[in-house]
Amino acid sequence: MESLLTWLENQLADNSIFTLQTLSHYADGLTTTVQLVFLSLIIGLIAAVPLAIGRGSRHAWIKWPIFAYTYVFRGTPLLIQLYLIYYGVVFVDGIQESWLWVILEDPFIPALIAFTLNTAAYTTEIFRGAIKSTSKGEIEAARAYGMSPGLTMRRIIIPSAFRRALPAYGNEVIFMLHASAIASVVTIMDLTGAARFVYARYYAPFEAFLFVAAIYLCLTFAILYFFRHLEKKLLAHLQPQTG
Amino acid sequence: MKKVLTLSLLGLAIAATSAQAQDYEEVRIGVDVPYEPMEYRTADGELTGFDIDLGNALCDEIGVSCEWVVQGWDGIIPGLMARKYDAIMSSMTINDDRREQVLFSDPYITPPSAWFAPGGTELEEISEESLTDMTIGVQRGTLQDNYVTDMYGDVADINRYATADDMVLDMESERLDILFLDFPVGKSTLLDSEEGDYTVVGEMLTEPKEYFGDGFGIAFRQRDEALAEQFNEALETLREDGTYDEIYARYFEAK
Repeated sequence: MESLLTWLENQLADNSIFTLQTLSHYADGLTTTVQLVFLSLIIGLIAAVPLAIGRGSRHAWIKWPIFAYTYVFRGTPLLIQLYLIYYGVVFVDGIQESWLWVILEDPFIPALIAFTLNTAAYTTEIFRGAIKSTSKGEIEAARAYGMSPGLTMRRIIIPSAFRRALPAYGNEVIFMLHASAIASVVTIMDLTGAARFVYARYYAPFEAFLFVAAIYLCLTFAILYFFRHLEKKLLAHLQPQTG
Repeated sequence: MKKVLTLSLLGLAIAATSAQAQDYEEVRIGVDVPYEPMEYRTADGELTGFDIDLGNALCDEIGVSCEWVVQGWDGIIPGLMARKYDAIMSSMTINDDRREQVLFSDPYITPPSAWFAPGGTELEEISEESLTDMTIGVQRGTLQDNYVTDMYGDVADINRYATADDMVLDMESERLDILFLDFPVGKSTLLDSEEGDYTVVGEMLTEPKEYFGDGFGIAFRQRDEALAEQFNEALETLREDGTYDEIYARYFEAK
């Protein structure tokens, strides 16, 4: 590691913008972005499953609140949601004295909350669409086997719906990665924050932003690869048979 | 024949230039408003601010009358070239790019940057030691950002904001311990605000120049050297007789 750093330093000796210091800004930014996006996606995914099932419920008191939630969070820009959660909460009386302030003071948690609520809303709708488009025949077959509605949901509808939702969900993951670029407006030093810092410091917009664009491309590529792999595995039964 | 014509034209040109350079009875000064507290309008529409007061005092000292011409920032140097006015006094930072186009007077002010903290702060002075583990707010990409990053980046957390408003909001919500920003901006948003109680900590800074720049200058057309010289002399006089300090205090004192 030590020798790697020395080697890197030598390589960068002639470069006035990409010094070890600026690279470490980018590295910290990468860690923050990955943490933020990964955590919000995981939590959003877990929350979206029951929400998507509830969204298709026959009971109005379950269905409509969930619809209202997804409508609001899909109907407003993420930037506005982030502003409201980070700056807006400050105007709630007495919040600075409450235990909530401990988590809301740092910008990371408010950003995580905003991103999670946003991605959960989109994921809910993606899953709901997939659940709704489950073919009637599968459900009727399950009934004919004597499965209860709960068991049908668990064994038949959800597994097949998830498979069908996979490509759309892969898109959502990529959108989320790109949407996370706005985290720097609430002072988080994510990848974009690091690029803005380097830009402002060296007045070098091209270098700073092209470099960060390349990092985003690599991340996107990794996500694409992961989902391609997953689809191949989980949707194998839909592929033409070979051999 | 050709030579005579060229010479006489040259002579004419020289005569014309020297006439322009000397005999200003009225100097028209271009300014872009508002940029508080350097130049802005009072409630009844009158121009006021540090630049305006100092500019008027300079004209009095020289013995010419001043007329202020309001001009948007984008066209402020072209307007000078097009003779819509004879000078620009509008918080214009002296730099090399502009020097190629215009002639600058001596710098008449370097706007100070200051540290602002809540009234009840325990900070008494600014040092690496006292700022350790503090959260400092700065506006991203400003000279204050560069200064704080280089001086205290290793010991303190630095939060960078897109606008001064966001930063002040986070100061009010106690997410920040201290801010470093342009004194005039801090004065109007923090010290003079109705809510909250804020104070300036430590010295106001205008040095070192590599961070805080060369300051603001009055811009003239390149050939108006004599006029620029008159303004420089008048500025010198006002600095000596205390007029300058009095105007400065009007806009840049904490209380």
